Amino acid sequence: MMFRIRELCRPLSPGAQCRPGQPRFEGPLGAAIETGRTRLLVLGGLFFLAFALVGGRLVDVTLLKPAADPKRNVARAAADPDAAREFFRGEIADAKGELLATNIVTWSLYADPKMILDPAATAARLVRLFPELDRKELAEKLKPSDKRFVWLRRHLTPKEYQEVIAEGLPGIGARKDRRRVYPHGSLGAHVVGYADIDNHGIAGVERQFDGRLKRGERIQLSLDLRVQHVLREELAAAVKRHHAIGAMGVILDVHTGETKALVSLPEFDPHEPGRASEEGRFNRVTLGTYEMGSTFKILNTAMALDSSVATLTKVYDARFPLKHGKFTINDYHGKGRALSVTEIFQFSSNIGSAKMAIEAGTPRQRAFMGRAGMLKPVSIELPEIGAPLYPRDWKPLNTITISYGHGISVTPLHLAAAVAGIVNDGKRAPVTLVKRDPKEPIPYVPVVNSKTSAEMRQLMRLVVEKGTGKRAEAPGYFVGGKTGTADKSAGKKGYRRNTRISSFVAAFPMNAPRYVVLVMIDEPKASADTPEATGGAVAAPVVREVVLKAAPLLGVLPAENTSELTDEKRPGQKAPAKPPAKPAAKPAPPAAGRLERAATE
Amino acid sequence: MTTTALARTDTSIVGRWWWTVDKMTLGVLLVLIVSGAVLTLAAGRPAAARIQLDSLHFVKQQMAVIVVGLGVMVGTSLLSPRWVKRIGVLGLFLVWLPLTALATFYGPEIKGAHRWLHIGFSLQPSEFLKPCFAIFAAWMFSLWKENRGFPGWIIATGVCGVIVVLLAKQPDVGMAAVVFAIWFSQLFLAGLAYVWVAAAVGGVAAVGVAAYFTVPHVAHRIKLFLDPSSGDNYQVDRSLGAFMSGGLFGKGPGEGTVKAQLPDAHSDFIFAVAGEEFGLIACLVIVAAYAAIVMRGLARVFDEGNLFVMYAATALLTGFGLQAFINMASALHLMPTKGMTLPFISYGGTSFVALAFGMGMVLALTRRRSGSAL
Repeated sequence: MMFRIRELCRPLSPGAQCRPGQPRFEGPLGAAIETGRTRLLVLGGLFFLAFALVGGRLVDVTLLKPAADPKRNVARAAADPDAAREFFRGEIADAKGELLATNIVTWSLYADPKMILDPAATAARLVRLFPELDRKELAEKLKPSDKRFVWLRRHLTPKEYQEVIAEGLPGIGARKDRRRVYPHGSLGAHVVGYADIDNHGIAGVERQFDGRLKRGERIQLSLDLRVQHVLREELAAAVKRHHAIGAMGVILDVHTGETKALVSLPEFDPHEPGRASEEGRFNRVTLGTYEMGSTFKILNTAMALDSSVATLTKVYDARFPLKHGKFTINDYHGKGRALSVTEIFQFSSNIGSAKMAIEAGTPRQRAFMGRAGMLKPVSIELPEIGAPLYPRDWKPLNTITISYGHGISVTPLHLAAAVAGIVNDGKRAPVTLVKRDPKEPIPYVPVVNSKTSAEMRQLMRLVVEKGTGKRAEAPGYFVGGKTGTADKSAGKKGYRRNTRISSFVAAFPMNAPRYVVLVMIDEPKASADTPEATGGAVAAPVVREVVLKAAPLLGVLPAENTSELTDEKRPGQKAPAKPPAKPAAKPAPPAAGRLERAATE
Repeated sequence: MTTTALARTDTSIVGRWWWTVDKMTLGVLLVLIVSGAVLTLAAGRPAAARIQLDSLHFVKQQMAVIVVGLGVMVGTSLLSPRWVKRIGVLGLFLVWLPLTALATFYGPEIKGAHRWLHIGFSLQPSEFLKPCFAIFAAWMFSLWKENRGFPGWIIATGVCGVIVVLLAKQPDVGMAAVVFAIWFSQLFLAGLAYVWVAAAVGGVAAVGVAAYFTVPHVAHRIKLFLDPSSGDNYQVDRSLGAFMSGGLFGKGPGEGTVKAQLPDAHSDFIFAVAGEEFGLIACLVIVAAYAAIVMRGLARVFDEGNLFVMYAATALLTGFGLQAFINMASALHLMPTKGMTLPFISYGGTSFVALAFGMGMVLALTRRRSGSAL
C-alpha cells in the first residue's frame, strides 16, 4: 500500500530557494497533484459562492421585505399576521374621552386541514385543552378538504395560546386577532351596541358608524359615562324597589341636543350579546314606542298657549266627565270644578286637556305634533329607531285622547327631545349621540315662541312645587316637570289597569333650563310605600336622585336659596301666575261611565 | 488539557496530535456542536411533547450523543492516514454496506422509508456508509492515478453505483445524492475534463427533468418551489416566516413559534428555529462556521502532497459542506425541500456520530505531517 511521492523543489528561477510549505511536484504523480490543486481552487470557489449565497439570502429574507414579492407575502401571511394586519377598529369614547369600546390583541386558533395528519387524534388533543369544543364536530372540521383555513377557536387567553402551541400539532396554528372590548360592560351598551367576532358592527353606534370605525376612526360620543352611570343606578334601584319589569331614561342637553345619558333596562353584556334576552338587547328609549300618557300634556298645553287658543288663566269646566260617543273621559285627581289652564296642568286634568285640544282643533293639534317631531322617527345616530304610531285618520276622538297622551305612541326620546325644545326658548335642537363641534351652528327647529316657552317653564316648575311631581324636588336645582301614568295597551282588548308605565319628564334648572331628564318605569307594582304606583310616586323620586347626583357632574350648581325663585334668579321670567281663587269645593262626581279608553293621572 | 502541559517535544500520541491537528477546524466544530445543543434545547421540546415523551427527552439523548460523538471525533482524529484508510475500507465492506443492504431489504418502515435498523437503538447505517465510501473511493482514485492501468475509478464508480441504487431503493434520495457528489468531487479532483463536468451537470439536470415528469412527488416539490401558491408549501412558508419574525437578533431562546408548527423543526428545519429565536447574526455565524470548516479544510488539503489524503479529505468536506448547504438553502427557499439534516446542529443520533466520525477523519487527514508519512 505504500507509495512514494517525489517531493521535489522546482525552483522558479535558477538559484532561487524553495519555500518550505510550498512543495512542488513533478512527474505523472506530480501532475495529478497539480491537477487536484487547480480543481481544489475551483471547488473552494464554488463552496465560497454557495455559502455567500446562503448568507445573502438570509439577509434578504430577514431584513429586506419588499411587499412586491408574492412568494414572500404568502410566507408572511402564514407566520406574521402583523404584516397583514389592517387597522384596528376605531375606538368609541364618551364626551370626556373615557373608552366605551376598544380592542385588545388576542390569538385565534385555526387549522389548515390539508396539513392535519390525523384528524381524530388532533381533535382529541384539542378537546383535552378546550373541553367546551365538540370532538366530533372538530374532527369533521379537521378532515382533509379543499379548505385551507378553518377557525377552531377565537380569542384565546395567553395561557391557552401557550398551551396549544406547546402541543405542537401540525396543521394547527394561531394567528394574531383583535377582539372588541367594552371596558364598561353593559353600561351604555344600548348606545355603543356591539360588533361580532369578526369586528363587524351589529348594533348601536358600532353598527351606525361601522364604516368609519373600520377605517380606524375614533368616534366620540356626547354621552357622559358618569351621568350614564348615575341614571343607570337610579333606574335599576327603582326597578328593584317597585318590582318593575324595566325602565328607560334619557338626559338631553337642551341647548345642543346632545344625549348625556341613555339607559334602557334590562340591559345586556355587549361581550356576549347572544346570551342576552331579546328584552335585554331591545333599546326601549329609541326603538320602543309607548303611549306616553300625561307627560304629553306638556305638548298639549304648549300647543294651546302657543296658538293663543288659551292663556294660563283661561278656565275650563272640568266638573263632569267628558263624553264622546260611547267613550267617557274622566280625571284621576278630579277636582270637580272649573279649572284654569294652570290648574289643568298642575293637577293633570284629562277633561281640561281634552277641552283645550277640542278648542284648538284637530288640524292645529296635528300640525303642532309635527313641529314637535312626534310624527317622524327621531333622527339620532343609532340604527335602532322606532317610528311613531299615530292615527292615519285623525278623528275628533283621537284629538281628545292625544291631548293626554293616548292614541299616539312615540319613543321616550321623542318626548324628551320635544320637551327640550319647548323649555329651550321654544327652539328644538336635533338630538345627537355624537359630541358636537362647538364651532358648528346647530340647526334649531322652532316649536313654540319664547312666551309660550317661558309659560311652560313656569307650569312645569309649578308641578314640582305644588302639583303631582313634588317628589321630584331637588333642592337648589329648580326642577320642573310633568308626571305621567299610562296604562299599558293590551292591543285590541283595550287597556290593562294594573300594568302601567309611570314616568316623569323634567328639566332643570327651570329658570334657565340646561338639561331634560326623562324617567320611565315599566310596570311598577304598588306597595306599602307607594300604594299608587304613579309617575309622581315612582318616577319623580328617581328624577330627584338623578338630578342631585348628576347635576354637579353636568356643571349645574345648586342655588343657595332653595325652592322659591326670585325674579333676580330668573331674569326675564315672570313669576308663576297664581292659580285663580278656588271656587267652593264640590265633591267629585261619581264616575258616570266606564273608563273605556284610557285612564291617566 | 493546556498547551503548557504538552511540550512540542512531547512525542506521545496525544502530544503529537495536539501539535499537528488543525485547531481552528476543531474549534469551529466545537462551536457548531454547542450551537446545535442549544438549538436542540429550543426545538426539541415540542417535538418530544408531540410524541408523548419527557419534554427533555431529546435534550438528554442529544447530550449523550454529543459525548459519544466527541469521543469518536477525537479518537478518529488520532489515527494516521493509513489507519483512516484501513478503517474506512474495512468498515465499508465488512460493516456498513452489508448493514445498509440489510436496512434496505429488511429494515422496518419508518415514515415510508427503510433506512433504519433496530439493534437496541435506531441506527441508520447509510450515515456511516457515506464517509467510508469517501475513503474507499479516494483510495481507488489515488491508486488509479499512481498506477497506470489500475482501474481504480471504474471500481469506485461501480461501488458508487451499487450504493446509489441501494439508497434510492430505501428510498433516501438525499443521501444518494450526497454519495454521488462525493464520488463526483473525486472524479473532478482527479482531473475530469471540463467537457465531462459540463456533461455531468447536464446529465443531472436531465435526470431532474426526467424525475419531474415521472416521479409525482418530485414533480410536486419542484412545482411548489417554482410557484408557492400552487399548493401546500406549508413548511417553507413557515420557515421563511420564522426568519422574518426573528429579525436581526431573534425573538430570544424559547420564544419562537415555528418549532411548534413544523413537524421536522428539530432536524430538517432547525435553521429556521435558529433564525427565529437567535436572529440573523447567529445564522450568519452558523453559515460562516460551515464555510470556515470547508474552506479551511480545502486550504489544508491544498498543501497536501498525498493524493489519497487530498481526495479523501476533499470528498469528506464536500459531503459535509453540501449537506449543510442543501439544508440551509431549502430552509431559505433557495431550492426545493430535501430531507437533509444540518450537520452537527440537527438532532439525530446516528447522523451526529457519523458526522463526528467523518470530521474526525478529516482532522486526522489534515494533520501536519512531515514528508510522506504514510
